[in-house]
Amino acid sequence: MTAGAGLAIAFRHEVPGFTAAIDLAAPTPGTLALFGPSGCGKSTLAAVVAGLLRPDSGRVVLDGMVLFDSAAGVCLPPERRRVGMVFQTPNLFPHLTVAGNLRYGQRRAGGGGPGGNDTGFDDVVALLGLESLLARRPRTLSGGERQRVAIGRALLSQPRLLVMDEPLSSLDGPRKDEILPYLARLKQALRLPILYITHDLAEVARLADWLALMEAGRVRAVGPLDEIAVRGDLPLALRDDAGAMFAARVQEHDAARQLTTLAAGAARLLVPLLAAAPGTMVRLRVPAREVILATDAPRGISVHNVLATTIRTITEDPPRRATLVAVDAGGAALLARVTPDAVARLGLVPGAAVLALVKSMAIEVFSS
Amino acid sequence: MLVAFALARGRFVGRFLLDALVNLPLVLPPVVIGWLLLLLLGRHGPLGAWLYAAFGLRLAFTTAGASLACGVMIFPQMVRACRQGLDAVDRGLEQAARTLGATPLDCFLSVTLPLAAPGVLVAAIAGYVAALGEFGAVITFAANIPGETETLPLAIFSALQIPGGETLAARLAMVSVALALAGLGLSEWAGRRLGQRLGLR
Repeated sequence: MTAGAGLAIAFRHEVPGFTAAIDLAAPTPGTLALFGPSGCGKSTLAAVVAGLLRPDSGRVVLDGMVLFDSAAGVCLPPERRRVGMVFQTPNLFPHLTVAGNLRYGQRRAGGGGPGGNDTGFDDVVALLGLESLLARRPRTLSGGERQRVAIGRALLSQPRLLVMDEPLSSLDGPRKDEILPYLARLKQALRLPILYITHDLAEVARLADWLALMEAGRVRAVGPLDEIAVRGDLPLALRDDAGAMFAARVQEHDAARQLTTLAAGAARLLVPLLAAAPGTMVRLRVPAREVILATDAPRGISVHNVLATTIRTITEDPPRRATLVAVDAGGAALLARVTPDAVARLGLVPGAAVLALVKSMAIEVFSS
Repeated sequence: MLVAFALARGRFVGRFLLDALVNLPLVLPPVVIGWLLLLLLGRHGPLGAWLYAAFGLRLAFTTAGASLACGVMIFPQMVRACRQGLDAVDRGLEQAARTLGATPLDCFLSVTLPLAAPGVLVAAIAGYVAALGEFGAVITFAANIPGETETLPLAIFSALQIPGGETLAARLAMVSVALALAGLGLSEWAGRRLGQRLGLR
């Protein structure tokens, strides 16, 4: 992916006691989430992409623009990379007002350059709801407000890539919920590549298009979110909250029955009535422990969603004495965590047809 | 200020040497500093001879020389204070500035310097007050010429040498105390005021 669209990051960096050997590529635009435990090298990766850390060797290319190439002796300084960075802490300039902070990067970017993302000041202010804060000093803002300003400041520097390094980790639950909708809106409104670093799976479910799983300085797997989420061979599937994550379109509402039909490829899912207008895209998470498998169509059952699927993979989850079954539902992949006994009784094998039953109430819907 | 920045952020060969050189006046007797200055900058010293030949500038035993001696003596204090001011600036802010398109110089001028300013200002005022009290280096390098190279302690010392000079000495001592208090107060006030203006507290 050297030429054309895409983000390719490959580097090696050694510090005493820790070695990062990263190799990953993802398409742009879109949101690539880096997911992994603390200390797995996520922030190292962010610093390398932003130019704040020079790795021992490697190559970083964004949409055909070489940011770093140790073989060719290229290492652009941060100010020439046009990589907007949102840190764990907002890092607002205390001696400037909110407006001054927002203008800081915008001035230095000199308005939208060729190929850049020309986001106007008023647009960003409106997008992040900063109208009433402009004249204030950072120290008078709440944690959530500060982080919103930091995001706005990065956006206004006309970046070609926005790197967010656990932007919500310093905030408590309610503050996170305050910011997440803004991030989702931002993602929708701007066609800006985003590298989103997190150790919170809920943030991944809401924001990611592609997902890279990291552990101990390496990328374990990278791919489209819906594919990675149902891979039984990855540690993600062994988590308690494992499950399918994918996007779906609001198809129609049935006000009388208090239900909304969602379409993901050929699959149709019924969920409790949503406020979103038909045609809107939403994101779903279907926990693996909530998915029931059946070989015969059940009758007289409260479950709304009975999907005809084909078994993709079957993997073991020994600590839980469970088996993970990934199934294709014609456009959406689901993951089911069932007992090994159930797999044996139903005679489930890869390639076989099976019905996946999903309670409407078990499907988590996020607006995107 | 530049030296402080170099010492606070720089990683270069000779950093230790520069650090040692800057802090020399702290550990050497002031008289030795004065004498070294005399050797270096006196009419026949290597630098002094050149200065005189090139600019007709004479430093030893002049008011300018007295100022220079004071400056050298308070230099380590100033560098230390500036360094503290710089160290108090969050590196994350500088990193943020760089990712927002600021070159290193731009970042220093628009972020580091304004945020370090309160510390630097306090250092400057405290340094000025401390300079008023310089004795050993001044008397060695610039002598004690009334009205020209006489600092406050030198004047007090002279007064004490004259029979019946105690009254004058006491007055001068009071002036010294008043100046010191005023200077400390001013630096504290100015630092706080500037900090507030900058939204730091």
